Amino acid sequence: MTNDNVVKVALIGNPNTGKTSLFNQLTGLKQKVGNYPGITVEKKQGFCKLNESVKAEITDLPGTYSINPTSLDETLVLDTLLNEEGDAFPDVIVVVVDIENIKRNLLLFTQLKDLKIPTILVINMIDQMNRKGIHINVQKLEKQLNTKIVLASARKKIGIGDLKEAILDYKNIDITPVGDISIKIDKEYFSKLKEAFPEFPLYKSWLLITQKKEFDFITEDEKKLVLKFRENLECIKRYQHKETIFRYQIINDVLKDTFNVDKSKATDLRGVLDRVLTHKIFGYVIFALILLFIFQGIFNWATYPMDLIDTAFANLSSWTKSVMPPGTFTNLIAEGVIPGIGGVIIFIPQIAILFTFISILEETGYMSRVVFLMDKIMRKFGMSGKSVIPLISGTACAIPAIMASRNIGSWKERLITILVVPFTTCSARLPVYAILIALIIPDKRIFGFLNLQGLTMMAMYLLGFTAAISSSILLHNVLKIKSKSLFVIEMPNYKLPSIKNILYEVVEKTKAFIFGAGKIILALSIVLWFLASNGSSSFKNAEEIVTNKVENSELHPQELQKKIASYKLENSYIGYMGKTIEPVIKPMGYDWKIGIALISSFAAREVFVGALATIYNVDSDGENTGTIKERMAAEINPDTGEKRFNFPTGMSLLIFYAFAMQCVGTLAIVKRETNSWKWPMLQLFGMGILAYVSAVIVFNIFS
Amino acid sequence: MFKTIANLQIGESAFIEKLCLDKIPLKLLEMGCLPGMEVQLIQKAPMLDPLYIKVNGSHLAIRKETAEKITIVK
Repeated sequence: MTNDNVVKVALIGNPNTGKTSLFNQLTGLKQKVGNYPGITVEKKQGFCKLNESVKAEITDLPGTYSINPTSLDETLVLDTLLNEEGDAFPDVIVVVVDIENIKRNLLLFTQLKDLKIPTILVINMIDQMNRKGIHINVQKLEKQLNTKIVLASARKKIGIGDLKEAILDYKNIDITPVGDISIKIDKEYFSKLKEAFPEFPLYKSWLLITQKKEFDFITEDEKKLVLKFRENLECIKRYQHKETIFRYQIINDVLKDTFNVDKSKATDLRGVLDRVLTHKIFGYVIFALILLFIFQGIFNWATYPMDLIDTAFANLSSWTKSVMPPGTFTNLIAEGVIPGIGGVIIFIPQIAILFTFISILEETGYMSRVVFLMDKIMRKFGMSGKSVIPLISGTACAIPAIMASRNIGSWKERLITILVVPFTTCSARLPVYAILIALIIPDKRIFGFLNLQGLTMMAMYLLGFTAAISSSILLHNVLKIKSKSLFVIEMPNYKLPSIKNILYEVVEKTKAFIFGAGKIILALSIVLWFLASNGSSSFKNAEEIVTNKVENSELHPQELQKKIASYKLENSYIGYMGKTIEPVIKPMGYDWKIGIALISSFAAREVFVGALATIYNVDSDGENTGTIKERMAAEINPDTGEKRFNFPTGMSLLIFYAFAMQCVGTLAIVKRETNSWKWPMLQLFGMGILAYVSAVIVFNIFS
Repeated sequence: MFKTIANLQIGESAFIEKLCLDKIPLKLLEMGCLPGMEVQLIQKAPMLDPLYIKVNGSHLAIRKETAEKITIVK
């Protein structure tokens, strides 16, 4: 069945055990991240050379405390290990445990051992042993747990060679379980179970019946049997509790004479840090300062690389036009594909910076303290302390933010988080805000030091945040979802972050964004380009029509070209679309040109600026928004003779962009994460109506 | 009135007597919160909820509503 030269290894362990460090050490950069079929959980795999002829294919399974899953990510561990025919079914399991939390970590180990798959136990972070006064009798422990033990420190690269040897030798590992749970729970019940599924290891059958989900890798007959066993729910629950208690008894017995901690050596750095970081005043002050620092990073430091990227793509576009033969294909590349790719790449600096911060906060153990600090407050809004991370991430991009909500245990809390995240001011709104604010708010200072434009930008952030909070209160009261709240978080010990882990994490998250959201933005950019550069007969004959019209007036050839271009736009497909929606958007103070920009914004909000640039036929190279700005400032509303982008229209647009759900990528991810079209549609229409009504009101108040 | 983890003072320890099995998620047991184990309240969050406890060698944070379902004896 399996190739003899490739050993399939599943890497499993509790969160915070250094499992990812070990994976990175074993595989280096030879990793690939894919998706498991049908679900969005990332599948991390990598290869590792064991000797001259044998390789290991290592799958890094999501961190879990137990084989009984409580989240989508954790379900994957169970599915992988129960499906013997599956792609990732391992030849050998490597369980990683943290030496400091060995007792709790061993629970998962004893569960896995019962599946009768060869299992290696890696005791990680042994470099901490002396400092913490820990002593282990490895040989005795190996004997009592019927396994091969490897002592390692993934960060210090200790024990990696030993682990490779142990993996090579996996066929000689004892697969006897540690203790027999059936005797302790209910012997009779388990012998019935054994009779029903004679082919399976007993523990596999037990897991099949204790879960609430359906397994698609067992036969129809087996499914029926499983359902029959599941009927006695009360009994199953009681037995599961008994099982856990029994496992801890075994672990305690085993550790009693193999594992010693000299308590006099323990330091209380953790206690001191905890008292400060979760203090009722300092705790919040420190968190606020960290947030401020992160936003500083996203909005100040990121602008330098973003400007570079912007200029580079504008140059690449004009260079392509100059070297390739003129024609539709060249236009597609230069006006559709290149700006489309640029529109995705431009977000990389902000996303990379944000994820660097988030992974540092997670690696150090600080994030758990934030969750602890914020939980009670967030619960008032129907969310969980764990919602803080998605809400922060949302200021860069809603897509990774929504994915980060997966570990929220309660479905209602998770759903509300997913639904309100798109209100937070994501980076795609920034360029739109920037140009509109520059147009309608005077560049003045009040009280001598507060810049009015800067204040408006801040107000927009607050507006987004307020909208998220208010809608969460509304949803909290309206949504009648009964879900058991499951809030148990581990408060890990503080650690210095590993640069390697952070780097890998950032690369992986950024890649996921580019290939996930990027595809959609790119595809829509091309569609928009097509709609803007094609049209009916008057589009095709634009040159002739315009030239005839202006025959007598003396126009500069450049002026003539501009006239032709804007005539073309008016008669392109997208021009028709803009005109069609004009009556609808007129109450907000917009015309068909702004309508085009609104439609285009569904690819990604920042396309608004680019679309207006195309419409007003000005070059939007670099940060040279001056030209677009000037052109926009000069645009006249023929009905009133006033400026098109006057204060009322500008304010109305700001409000519209703050509230409307104009992002196909986000809708797609919400559909995937909630597994239903109901919720993304609620966002699209709910936020859309809110945006429309507010924009109309704002426009009328100010005009 | 039974005493529960929610009644502990910061720094105080006790032993878990009973967990209300129907209302306690299995996950809590799996993370080490078991009858007979010593539990210490390390800290309360600023609004007195959630609670930060040490039990069976694990450091965990649980909500007050959960803590109220775990009775203790000295």
